[in-house]
Amino acid sequence: MDIIVIGSGPAGVSAALYARRAGAAVTVITRGSGALAKAEKIENYYGLAAPVTGAQLEADGIAGAKRLGVEFVEAEVTGLSMNDEFTALTVQTPGASYEAGAVILAAGSTRLAPKIPGLKELEGRGVSYCAICDAFFYRGKTVAVLGEGEYALHEAEILLPHAGRVMLFTNGKEPAAPVPETIEVHTEKIAAIESVQADGMERVGAVRTEDGAVTHADGVFVALGTAGSVDLARKIGAETENNRVVTDSGMATNVPGLYAAGDCTGGLLQVVKAAYEGAVAGLAAAKYVRTKK
Amino acid sequence: MAVIAVNKENFKAEVLQSDKPVLVDFWATWCGPCKMMAPVVESIAEEHPELKVCKVDIDENMELAQQFQVMSIPTLAAFKGGQMTGKTVGYQAKENVLKLFA
Repeated sequence: MDIIVIGSGPAGVSAALYARRAGAAVTVITRGSGALAKAEKIENYYGLAAPVTGAQLEADGIAGAKRLGVEFVEAEVTGLSMNDEFTALTVQTPGASYEAGAVILAAGSTRLAPKIPGLKELEGRGVSYCAICDAFFYRGKTVAVLGEGEYALHEAEILLPHAGRVMLFTNGKEPAAPVPETIEVHTEKIAAIESVQADGMERVGAVRTEDGAVTHADGVFVALGTAGSVDLARKIGAETENNRVVTDSGMATNVPGLYAAGDCTGGLLQVVKAAYEGAVAGLAAAKYVRTKK
Repeated sequence: MAVIAVNKENFKAEVLQSDKPVLVDFWATWCGPCKMMAPVVESIAEEHPELKVCKVDIDENMELAQQFQVMSIPTLAAFKGGQMTGKTVGYQAKENVLKLFA
């Protein structure tokens, strides 16, 4: 496959349209409607004689892209990685993995990590956002994964062969997918991540839940909700800053073949900005895969 | 200057006893963000002769990772006069890494 676009809002679909018309084979992977579908009325976008709903604009955008030959796959993206030669990127979903010459991140902006006391303070001292990077440090140890969905399960499964014990803390939610028996599930709301003094440093020691239970954990892996553009960028090593993905004016990130567009890059959270950035990213990605062939 | 690969045998001589401030990149082959960090670290080595730039493969040097409390990679650590004076975790742009020596 030439190009995978993650997200089917105005940025992702515009990127797909421009890349497709530039001759690339394009697949959009989407977990469904995003921020646009929630907009009741759009009347500040070019070419609208009468206001339309966000949901209508989104549906029309997708229909138009399909007409031009863009493929759509409905799935949640749980991982993003690259090969050793930097020549291909791999997008993982719960049931499949897809390889592409270029990937465009357009999955919208994610809300900031919830304010669980201890989470920010213990980052790099037992709190991790990347299981594949840090599983090695928890050989035979007890780890907690924070999250309830496919993303959290994906992280937990990476940890299983390394850690002695893997727990899933769903923070008051029911697990969104069947959890293997080897993973212990805690559904209570999380009150705080507690620290201990060990080896001369303050580091993660336990997860305290609102029922008062304190459960020992050597590491905490954060994977709440679904993996957003910034989570995926962080995992592959793309530069992020203040919960946004950093790009150049051509919407390229520092990772070869990885582009980003729309709300995830920060700035105006508007359809017109998302569409523009999608167009730039789509053209740049199409050119990138063409020159590599 | 090139990036010097250090290990548990020569860490003391190369890093702790260095006359110059030292940047140490704790990395591993399986870590995607580490791969993206490598060219940044190499360019710092080339552009900043006032620094010594080293890298530690934590897969082969787990003791060093433990000793310096590295629990996430990539970790970039600054050493001055035999002491670790600061560190960053995850991919960082060059200017953020250089702030460790400001």
